[in-house]
Amino acid sequence: MKNNILIIGGGPAGLEASAQLQRMGYNVILIEKAPKLGGHLAKWDRLFPDSVPADEVLGGLLRSAEGVKCFTDTDVRAINRLDKSYNVRLTNGITVLSDAVLVASGFDLFDAVKKEEYGYGIYDQVMTNADLEAYFKTGSDKRIENPGRIGFAHCVGSRDEKSGCRSCSKVCCATAVKQAIEIKQAFPKAEVYCFYMDLRLFGRHYEDIYLKAQKEYGVRFIRGRLAEVSENYDGTLQVKAEDTVAGKPLKVTLDLLVLMSGMRPSASGKAIGDLLEMTVEEDGYFAVRSGIAAGQRSPIPGIFLAGAATGPKTLPETLADARAAAMEIDRYLTEIFPDAKNYKQLVRERW
Amino acid sequence: MIYEGKQKIWSEYQKEIPDDHYFYVRSCIRQSFFPASEATFLDITRNRLGKDIFETEHHTTCGGIAYHSDTIPQETVMTIIARQFALMAKNGYENYVCSCITSFGLYCETMETWREFPELEAKIRENLWKTCKLEFAKPKFLIHASDLIYKYRNLIAAQAVRKLVNVHTGEPLKVVEHIGCHYSKMFPSKGVGGAEYPYVLTGMIEAWGGEIVDYPERRHCCGFGFRQYFIKGNRGYSLSNTHKKFESMEPFKPDLIITNCPGCPYFLDRWQYVIAESTGKTYGPDGHGIPALTYEEVAGLVMGYDPWDLGLQTHQIGPEPLLDKMGVEYDPAKKYLGKNGKNIGEPLPCTCLKG
Repeated sequence: MKNNILIIGGGPAGLEASAQLQRMGYNVILIEKAPKLGGHLAKWDRLFPDSVPADEVLGGLLRSAEGVKCFTDTDVRAINRLDKSYNVRLTNGITVLSDAVLVASGFDLFDAVKKEEYGYGIYDQVMTNADLEAYFKTGSDKRIENPGRIGFAHCVGSRDEKSGCRSCSKVCCATAVKQAIEIKQAFPKAEVYCFYMDLRLFGRHYEDIYLKAQKEYGVRFIRGRLAEVSENYDGTLQVKAEDTVAGKPLKVTLDLLVLMSGMRPSASGKAIGDLLEMTVEEDGYFAVRSGIAAGQRSPIPGIFLAGAATGPKTLPETLADARAAAMEIDRYLTEIFPDAKNYKQLVRERW
Repeated sequence: MIYEGKQKIWSEYQKEIPDDHYFYVRSCIRQSFFPASEATFLDITRNRLGKDIFETEHHTTCGGIAYHSDTIPQETVMTIIARQFALMAKNGYENYVCSCITSFGLYCETMETWREFPELEAKIRENLWKTCKLEFAKPKFLIHASDLIYKYRNLIAAQAVRKLVNVHTGEPLKVVEHIGCHYSKMFPSKGVGGAEYPYVLTGMIEAWGGEIVDYPERRHCCGFGFRQYFIKGNRGYSLSNTHKKFESMEPFKPDLIITNCPGCPYFLDRWQYVIAESTGKTYGPDGHGIPALTYEEVAGLVMGYDPWDLGLQTHQIGPEPLLDKMGVEYDPAKKYLGKNGKNIGEPLPCTCLKG
C-alpha cells in the first residue's frame, strides 16, 4: 500500500522532496498557499555563484515533480493527530489522511520598512534585493534610470538585535556580490558600493565572484554599516556610514540604494506550526530533533522539516535538505510506521 | 518622498495623551531663552481651550543638565524627579506634562530604570521620604508639552486667525521641524511618530496650513549636544553641527523652523548670527536668517497673539519677514518695549545679518 505524504510548501524544498518521494513510490500531496509553485525562486532572475537563470532551475524542479498531486492557493485549515497518522483538512475543502507530513514552509523576506532609518517605502530611490531581482527579470522599474552611483547595504534584518533578527541569513552577501556585478553589467559606468559588516562568502566559487566583483567590475567594498539614509533636494540619497577600516565616518550621495533584506521565519509556516503545536526556537525557526544527527525530524513523530523552515539556507543546501528529508520519511515509513504492535516503542527508540 | 510610507510609520507610533487635568513643570532655561513660550502655553491651554493645567512654585529643575554633565549621582537626580512626581500626586494629579525635552527624556529614562530595577525604585522611595517627607508616586501619563499642543492642534486651528500661509502668494509656508534628541531618540515609542520620522511637530504644521520640509540632515543634532557646548573647548563641534544643518536645509528655502526643545531653537537661532558674522553667509532671503521658533510661539502667531507679547523680539533672527509673509500686524516701535512700556534694551545691529 502506498503511504500518503502531505508536503506543505511548494517552494524548492517542497518540490524536491515531492519528486524524491514520488520516485520512491509514495503518494505525495503537495499544497502551496500561493497561486503558483516555486516560492521565492519563481521571483528571482539569476542565481549565485554562476548566474544560472532561476527559471531554468525551477523548470527542472517542476519537471521532476510532475505527477505529484498539487493544490495551489491552498493552506491547512486544521490538523488532527490520529493514532499514527494525521487527518489534515485543507482550505480547498479536501481532507487528507497522511502518514507523514513534511513542513517545507520556507521563509519570508525581512520587511525592510522596519529599518526605518534606511527609508524603504519613504524615499523613492531605496529598494530591496527582491525589487532588484524583479527589475532584472522584467527590465522595468521606475527607480532605475541609468543610475550613476549605487549602494548595497548588507545585513538588513540579519545579525541585527535592534530589529529582533540575530541570525545571519547566509545568502545575502553572495546575493549582493552577484547583484553588484549584474548592475555593473547593466550600467558599466556606474560606481557601485557594498556596505558590509563581515563578508560571509563560504560556499564553493563564492570567493571567486567576490574577487571578480572587485577586479573585473571595480565594485567597492566598504566595511561598515549604514547609519541613516535621507533624501536630497534633487531626489538623490544621502547615505551615512562608517568606514571601519579607514576609521572614519562616511557620507556618500547615491542614485539608488539596494537593501539586502534577510530571511525571516515564514509567517504562514508559523501558523502551521501553531496548528501542530510545533516548537520554535528563539530565532523563530522550527526546532529539530537534533541539529546534527536529525535535522529533518521535528520533535513530533511523523512531522518532518525541510529547507528554510529550520533556518536560513542557500538553494543547494535547501535541495540537499529536501533529499535528506525524503530519506528520513522513507526510513520512518518503512521501519517504524508499519509495526503497529511496537510503534510506540520504536518511536521512543528511533525518533 | 512617499508620504503614505510616513503615514504608515506615524500610525504605528501613537501614544495616549489624556485630554485634560495636568500637572505642569517648567524648564529651567526656557524662560531665559524664550521668555513668553511657557506663559503662552499656559494661556492657550487654560484660557483659550479651557483646560485644567496646574503648576506650583515648589517644583525645581529636574537635574537633567547636571545628569548629562556627569556632575550629579544618578540616585540624587532620581530623588529630585521623585519629588517632582510626589508634588503632582500631592496636588491631586496623575498626568504629568513637562516643558523641557531634556526633562522628558530623563523622566522616561528614570521610569524605565525603575521598572527594570525595582530595588532602585524602593531606594528612591526611601530617599524621598527621608529627605522631603513626601509620598512616592509615579505619573499615570507622562507627556511633553508639545504632545499636548499636538493633541490640541485642531482645536487651535479652529480658533486660528491666520494660517501658516504666505498671504502674498497663497502658498503654504515651508517649515522645517526639529525635534529635540531626547524626545524620542532614546525611547521611540514615547514620542508621537517615533524617532526617525517624528510627527509631533509635523502634525501641528499640517493642521495649521504649513508645508513640511524634509531635508537630509533633519535628524542631526541642533548643536546643543551637551558635551559639545558645556565643554568650552568643544564648542566648535556645536557650531559645526548647526552649520551642517543649515547647509543641508538651504536648497529647500524654508520660511521657518519650528522646534520643541529648549536648546534647539536657541542654538539654531544664535549660531546663525555667528555663521553670518564669521563667514558672511545667511540662509534666509536678502541677508536675513531663518526664524527658529518654539511651537508655543507658532501656535500663538496662528491664534493672533501680538508677536512682541510672544517674545519674538528676543530672537537673534528678526521675525519681521516671517510676520510680513503671514500677514501679522505689528508695531515696530513697540518691539523693545516690555510689559510696562519700559524699554528692555535694543541690540546693536549685526554686520552681515539683517535684523
